[in-house]
Amino acid sequence: MKIKTTILTLVFSTFLSLYSFAGESPVNSTVERDVRVEYGEFKNHHLLDNHSFKLFKYETDEKTKYVSFPLPIILWDNGVQTFLSSRFYFGKKVVEHNGSFYKLYHNKIYKTDKLGTINYDENDKVLNEMPLDFSITKNVVLILICLVLMLVIFGRMAKSYKNNPIPTGIGRLLEPIVLYIRDDIARPNIGEKHYKRYMSFLLTVFFFIWIVNLFGLTPIGSNVTNNIAVTASLAILTYLITTFTANKSYWGHIFWMPGVPVPMKILLAPIELLGTIIKPFSLMIRLYANITAGHVVLMSILGLIFIFKNLLGGTLSFGLAFALSLLELLVCALQAYIFTMLSALYFGSAVEEHHDEH
Amino acid sequence: MEKLLNDFSIGLFFWQTLLFVILVFFLRKYAWKPILNAVEEREEGIKNALDSAEKAKEEMENLNADNERILAEARLERDNLLREAREIKNNIINEAKDLANTEADKILTSAKEQINNEKMKAVTELKNSVADLSIDMATMVLKSELKDANKQKELVSEALKEAELN
Repeated sequence: MKIKTTILTLVFSTFLSLYSFAGESPVNSTVERDVRVEYGEFKNHHLLDNHSFKLFKYETDEKTKYVSFPLPIILWDNGVQTFLSSRFYFGKKVVEHNGSFYKLYHNKIYKTDKLGTINYDENDKVLNEMPLDFSITKNVVLILICLVLMLVIFGRMAKSYKNNPIPTGIGRLLEPIVLYIRDDIARPNIGEKHYKRYMSFLLTVFFFIWIVNLFGLTPIGSNVTNNIAVTASLAILTYLITTFTANKSYWGHIFWMPGVPVPMKILLAPIELLGTIIKPFSLMIRLYANITAGHVVLMSILGLIFIFKNLLGGTLSFGLAFALSLLELLVCALQAYIFTMLSALYFGSAVEEHHDEH
Repeated sequence: MEKLLNDFSIGLFFWQTLLFVILVFFLRKYAWKPILNAVEEREEGIKNALDSAEKAKEEMENLNADNERILAEARLERDNLLREAREIKNNIINEAKDLANTEADKILTSAKEQINNEKMKAVTELKNSVADLSIDMATMVLKSELKDANKQKELVSEALKEAELN
């Protein structure tokens, strides 16, 4: 155990060794920079995924320095291309790798020429070719941390049950939540007969969303569920599980609704079929929008502190931001609960048995 | 919608799906199954313990009821036994009385019979003796009466007279 911990620490410390390097200040330092513009950029950056893990920046006499550590870039461009994101210098430099040139532009990697030319069409859309980007971005790192954290926490919790029917340590805190998901989400919505099959997914999805949402409230964490790709992935998993575990009666109610006249059956089939897709779609949008909205509002109010730059405004903004942070703390758990609850509901409808024709 | 599509990162989607599926499988094997099984076992244990306690209580009650019933039965039995004993005692006394009575009656009647018999015997004997005595006396009288022939003739003629009258 001790050796394992030491190795892990070593690996992490190497990986996390802070890279501090100078970037050129984008605006002439003699000109008073607009705080609003700067903060707006900062806010958007916080909300977006990033190819490097920026911790903070500070300014010396003529340079803005970033404290950050680089993340591996993995591209699919005639084979796998990998290099560290530090070579981009936050988009300021063109990277030459295996004879191709890449440029980081607005958080996206484009193929370009030696000078890093970006071509636009008449709608200001970038025309450059985009290689498939499988980079380990900031969010992927957070997902990985969440994965390790969950494996450690719940692995330990499971171990504590081995000798003792009552868990010890963190298990004591988490057991009520696990039981709550089992007894108040899975059992009533899915039914006593089938709920066990879905427990792994429901528990994992609940704790995953909750933990990554909580990461989002820490100063360093950009928010994982704030990415449509993440919520889409979760929603698609819910959709796939619903679809592949559904019984005959579920499909019967979609394609040939019992108990209504034949023309209605034909009319209802496409609507019902669309409904099965809308359900996970709403899951995806709900989680994404709630977390994004919460962060935008929270960060805007935080930004007011810097824009007001006086005692009253600052205090008010701080109070408001504090109250909103508490609300967001609730929203973190609430959104995880809602996602789990609705997933359970959809699973329940998929395995529900209709004994009586209605 | 366009912003959403623009923000959609295939790489992130790929990693999220991969890592999440891995997470689900690992946690299922190493966490959820042992945890849920342990919890279920514990719940089962608690349920069984409660059930057996309930059962023990019921048994206790049954036992108590049984005890009471047995006690009541014993009491009844005792009462019955006493009553029967009393009855038997009475019967025995009565029977003994009856027996004694009949025996006494028997003795009395046989005594009476004997007395009667003896009496009859005595009477018969007395009769016989009286008859003998009378015959002896008659003989003696006759002998004395019929000593002379005249008197005998007279007597016969008298008897004849009477016989003719008849």
